[in-house]
Amino acid sequence: MVVQALAFYLFAAVTVACGVMVITARNPVHAVLFLILAFFNAAGLFVLQGAEFLAMILVIVYVGAVAVLFLFVVMMLDVNFAELRAGFAKYLPIGAVISLILLVELVLLGAGWAFNSETAVIASSPTPPAADVHNTEALGMLLYTKYVYLFQGAGMILLVAMVGAIVLTHRVRAGVKRQRIGDQVARSSKDEVKVVKVQTGSGI
Amino acid sequence: MTELPVMMPASPEIFLACAAMAMMMVGVFVKAENAYRVVSTLAIVALVFAGGLVLHVGGGRQEALFGFFVVDDFAVFMKVLILIGSVVALIMSEGYVQREKMDRFEFPILVTFATLGMLMMVSANDLLSLYIGLELQSLSLYVVASFQRDSIRSTESGLKYFVLGALSSGLLLYGCSLIYGFSGTTQFDTLALALTGDDTSKGLIVGIVFLIAALAFKVSAVPFHMWTPDVYEGAPTPVTAFFAVAPKIAAMALFLRTMLGPFGDLVADWGQIIWLVSVASMLLGAFAAIAQSNIKRLMAYSSIGHIGYALMGLAAGNEEGLKGVLIYLAIYLIMNVGVFACILSMKVQNRMVENITDLAGLGKSNPAMAVLLMVLMFSMAGIPPMAGFFGKFFVFMAALNAELYALAIIGAVSSVVGAFYYLRIIKIMYFDEPVEAFDKVETMGLRGVMIVSGLLTAVLFIYLPGITDPATAAAASLFGG
Repeated sequence: MVVQALAFYLFAAVTVACGVMVITARNPVHAVLFLILAFFNAAGLFVLQGAEFLAMILVIVYVGAVAVLFLFVVMMLDVNFAELRAGFAKYLPIGAVISLILLVELVLLGAGWAFNSETAVIASSPTPPAADVHNTEALGMLLYTKYVYLFQGAGMILLVAMVGAIVLTHRVRAGVKRQRIGDQVARSSKDEVKVVKVQTGSGI
Repeated sequence: MTELPVMMPASPEIFLACAAMAMMMVGVFVKAENAYRVVSTLAIVALVFAGGLVLHVGGGRQEALFGFFVVDDFAVFMKVLILIGSVVALIMSEGYVQREKMDRFEFPILVTFATLGMLMMVSANDLLSLYIGLELQSLSLYVVASFQRDSIRSTESGLKYFVLGALSSGLLLYGCSLIYGFSGTTQFDTLALALTGDDTSKGLIVGIVFLIAALAFKVSAVPFHMWTPDVYEGAPTPVTAFFAVAPKIAAMALFLRTMLGPFGDLVADWGQIIWLVSVASMLLGAFAAIAQSNIKRLMAYSSIGHIGYALMGLAAGNEEGLKGVLIYLAIYLIMNVGVFACILSMKVQNRMVENITDLAGLGKSNPAMAVLLMVLMFSMAGIPPMAGFFGKFFVFMAALNAELYALAIIGAVSSVVGAFYYLRIIKIMYFDEPVEAFDKVETMGLRGVMIVSGLLTAVLFIYLPGITDPATAAAASLFGG
């Protein structure tokens, strides 16, 4: 238990610290790197809670795709961050109001869950029982059996999206030089290599 | 061991999905100059085969894939209409696509994907499967709208459609989440059991309103119609022809199933919204079309008006109204396909023309096509004995029997106003000074579509039960359960 508690405080502290660093770091690349570190620590927190599927998804989707995309954007676009920050004080009040609203919403959500009389009933009957299967397995069972129709349907939608993107943007360009390994291997040394006797001191 | 889910009722959809993926492979490996023709032919064959599977699976209520998917007579009727619309659109597009340099093999594949999405919409038995089907359809449609990517108008129409479509998807999801939140389920059958009509919570009503707004967007009913004229005008003409039939019918099927299925007992709550939407669509369709000079824009307003008439049957909210809508949609499909075949043939010296005035003198230069267009326009205006009259007849009867007198009267008035611009086209064709004559109709397919559609429109009154009997059975299946 002590190890678990220690691990929790470690992950939690690093996550919060990273969160602060993300918004205070001067260099945007550093900010994105701190964001990635925060994701990793949040994944660790999920594992501690027994939600290993969420942890994997967080690492694969957020770290693997989203954060790297951010990094690319930050590094490729020449955004002047000093200019972006110029209006910080001006927009502080509206930012504070929005954060306050979000905070109230979170508190309401938590209170609604905590004081709802049905919470105990819902929480005590997870489908399927958590002790029997891991949540990855449980999700997989639902996704590939009960919801297989929707799963396959979503797959078709993604396929159409891919076909559409290619149809609308791909152009056949003339004069593109492609490597043809077959041709390269089939070349004979007789056609390509010429042995020239060079007289000493005269050049070719 | 878990058992395999019931999949047989979904076999047309599964087949279409596999066929579309196989066609992508074919398209890549066949020689580039043949790819479009080969894949287009394969797509037509696949869609026809899927139609066979739909009929083979047949009606009678069958659930599949853990209750997310349902097949009944209603679904079969709608799916057959949608498949006919898609096949005809592919056949009609052949000449245009090759001439305008958009003959890439992805076009028929995207149409197949869109059709798959439509079939999934028609068979949706859950708010989630509704959304997945709708999104698959819409996403494919956004891409085909901007398929002519070197044309600014086509790109613009695709972008407009995409942005507004995304907005409507957002509305739909918000509505779904409210409905789920206030009822605790997304399954249609459970929803129907839970919602009995007395003491409905306000949150649920708000959710249904959002859902109706999103669905009204998809069928392009007023006040969610803004995208229609621009998208119809900008998209390549064969794509417009496709847009005007199959997706409309699919969205309408979704509308009917959602409103009359899970929310059937709440008709007192949503009926008035449909009433208003229907009236506004009919009036706008009639009045806004008068000022149009581009025939594609004219057809856009005309389709808005037609959706208004079809919604009249939904506003009645009973079995008779549903039957009226089904008949209306079937006849709408037949007429519209013919009109768009004519529009696709409006070509002077190998360049497409789209203005109504370009039709001047067609009565002399191409009498056959003029007669055909005249029959179709009479039918659109609802003049007996053309097919369009019977479509209107059944929805008006349903509205009258449901004591929606005001709705029926406004419908009749706007139908008279609408007749003006349909008849104006006939006047231009026969009485105006001829301009340049059109080129010959280019493909056999286009000619065939024109003739079949014109003949069916003209002689449908001889054997009406051909449409009314299946429609009656389909309507009964949605109310029987």
